[in-house]
Amino acid sequence: MNFTEFFISFPEMSKESLRLFKKSLDGAYRNFSREYGDAIEAVFDPVLYFLVWFEKILQNSPWPAVIIVFLLLIYYGSRSVALTISSLIAFLLIGYFGMWDDTMSTVSIIGVCTLMSIGLGIPIGILMSGSDRARAAITPILDIMQTMPSFVYLIPVVMLLGIGKIPGLLAVIIYAIPPIIRLTDLGIREVNKEVLEAADAFGANRTQKLFRVQLPLALPTIFAGINQTIMMALAMVVIASMIGVKGLGQPVLKAITNQYFTMGLLNGLAIVALAIIFDRVSQSFGKRMQQYRAGANE
Amino acid sequence: MSEIKIKIENLYKIFGSRPREYTDIVRDGVDKDELLSKYNHVLGLDNISLDINEHSIQVVMGLSGSGKSTLIRHINRLIEPTEGTVTVDGEDITKLNKMDLLEFRRNKTGMVFQRFALFPHQNILDNVQFGLSIKNLDKSDSIERAMYWIEKVGLTGFENKFPNQLSGGMQQRVGLARALATDPDILLMDEAFSALDPLIRTDMQDQLLDLQKNLNKTIMFITHDLDEALKLGDRIAILNGGKLVQDGNAEEILLKPADQYVANFVKDVNRIKVLKIKTILDQGGERANSNPTVNVNDSIENCLPAILESQSGLNVIDEKNNFVGSVSKNKIIDILQKSKD
Repeated sequence: MNFTEFFISFPEMSKESLRLFKKSLDGAYRNFSREYGDAIEAVFDPVLYFLVWFEKILQNSPWPAVIIVFLLLIYYGSRSVALTISSLIAFLLIGYFGMWDDTMSTVSIIGVCTLMSIGLGIPIGILMSGSDRARAAITPILDIMQTMPSFVYLIPVVMLLGIGKIPGLLAVIIYAIPPIIRLTDLGIREVNKEVLEAADAFGANRTQKLFRVQLPLALPTIFAGINQTIMMALAMVVIASMIGVKGLGQPVLKAITNQYFTMGLLNGLAIVALAIIFDRVSQSFGKRMQQYRAGANE
Repeated sequence: MSEIKIKIENLYKIFGSRPREYTDIVRDGVDKDELLSKYNHVLGLDNISLDINEHSIQVVMGLSGSGKSTLIRHINRLIEPTEGTVTVDGEDITKLNKMDLLEFRRNKTGMVFQRFALFPHQNILDNVQFGLSIKNLDKSDSIERAMYWIEKVGLTGFENKFPNQLSGGMQQRVGLARALATDPDILLMDEAFSALDPLIRTDMQDQLLDLQKNLNKTIMFITHDLDEALKLGDRIAILNGGKLVQDGNAEEILLKPADQYVANFVKDVNRIKVLKIKTILDQGGERANSNPTVNVNDSIENCLPAILESQSGLNVIDEKNNFVGSVSKNKIIDILQKSKD
């Protein structure tokens, strides 16, 4: 082989072997999804039922009742009259511009994704905080989940489960779960060593230490993670709509393909309104949990 | 003589990646500095043997880095020894398995920390209750016991406050109440009063001595403050570079320092304030009616007025007013002169 050519053009794999490599990997995955696709789908059936049930409740209940429940939750979380009134105005505008049903779909998928992220993320975070090995193994996976373009992992998810709510849900969770895992781990690791030593000195076992000292003290950090998870889930709404998730993402997608400026803007603003409400409520709720730090009376 | 409650025997602690490989060379006389520079291991404790009597206050004193905090953590095994044994009530706690160790910590020991280490997310009541709740005791019973200790340390009315709403002295009272609430035999106090300002510190020392009169705990008290050590300690152990250089009562430490290190430590102490009459007492003899009478437990300083009045010396009586001996005027003048050097 010519010596200089070696340095000028990269010695790549032959076209033929690359084609074979892709073909065999694709074939293997296709076989896998044909073989196990239905079984894996069945695993997610309960989640699907729950998601559909939740969406139906939000969409089929009288809208004033839904708004009242939302406002109560917002007030309970934030203790802010201003935010509650602003939210009322936002909901009324959303309904008035004909986006009520889509908004309810989005709220339901965000709600379910957040619950699942909490349910999975906190235990994983606890596991990571307790073992440096687990942390070393999980951190790169989280890095991949956060940086891999979402379209790339949509391909295998859609191949496996087809188009619909569950693949959308998975895509959103993959994208949104890393912050809560990372911040649970961080929150627990940041707990003051002296306080932990005190717990040890009084004979607390691992579980007692976790539930009485570590988790309560990590809670504000964990809540920052929940907040970020919600925000990232909302950011995925449009992408998830490409694989058939109903909600505010679909009209945005339609607006992009047809150049409907106003339609895109209205639905985009509805997503922004939801994001702001979720963010403010979860932040002030998180803040109230660390009141003891400020020395306030409670 | 009272019973030995805690027996520490030939205790070694070496910090580093392969501590066990270095116990032999430490035994052969390699010291802390050499171990660090040549072998990159830190010598925490170097062949410590110490007996601690039941119901007594054992002070462990030394400068920072002398290993005193390491030593106290071996009593409840927050730190694992490299070699040696710690025996409490005849049981070698270095051999306890995990469950037994937890039980030991829950029932036998209470600990008070230099920087309080209170649980910031729990109010004072829950902090004091912590040890009890770990034992899963009946809720109302443990609240009652916690309230009793909150009252004992003078914090009634603060039980719903959070630690950071309290001053340092008050926080350490919470720490003390938390340690006492489980009614442990052994109280481990790791520089418990060092972070407090001097007036509060004196206050807390008095409160501890006051409590100890009724409690009769076995207390291990770590400090770097000699005045505190002399005030609190029934016995005082002095550590230097992980070695135990002397263990004795206040008089022995002051009058017969084991080496230069101890001598430097005690050179600025006001001896006549610390030394008690009983340490210079000539036992027996006859009561001289012309001389004033003092108690064996008075400090020499407190007896100075009586000495000025006296003809030839002092009559000394014990707690039950029995005549036990005398102290001559010359002996006291001697001591006064010595303490000036």
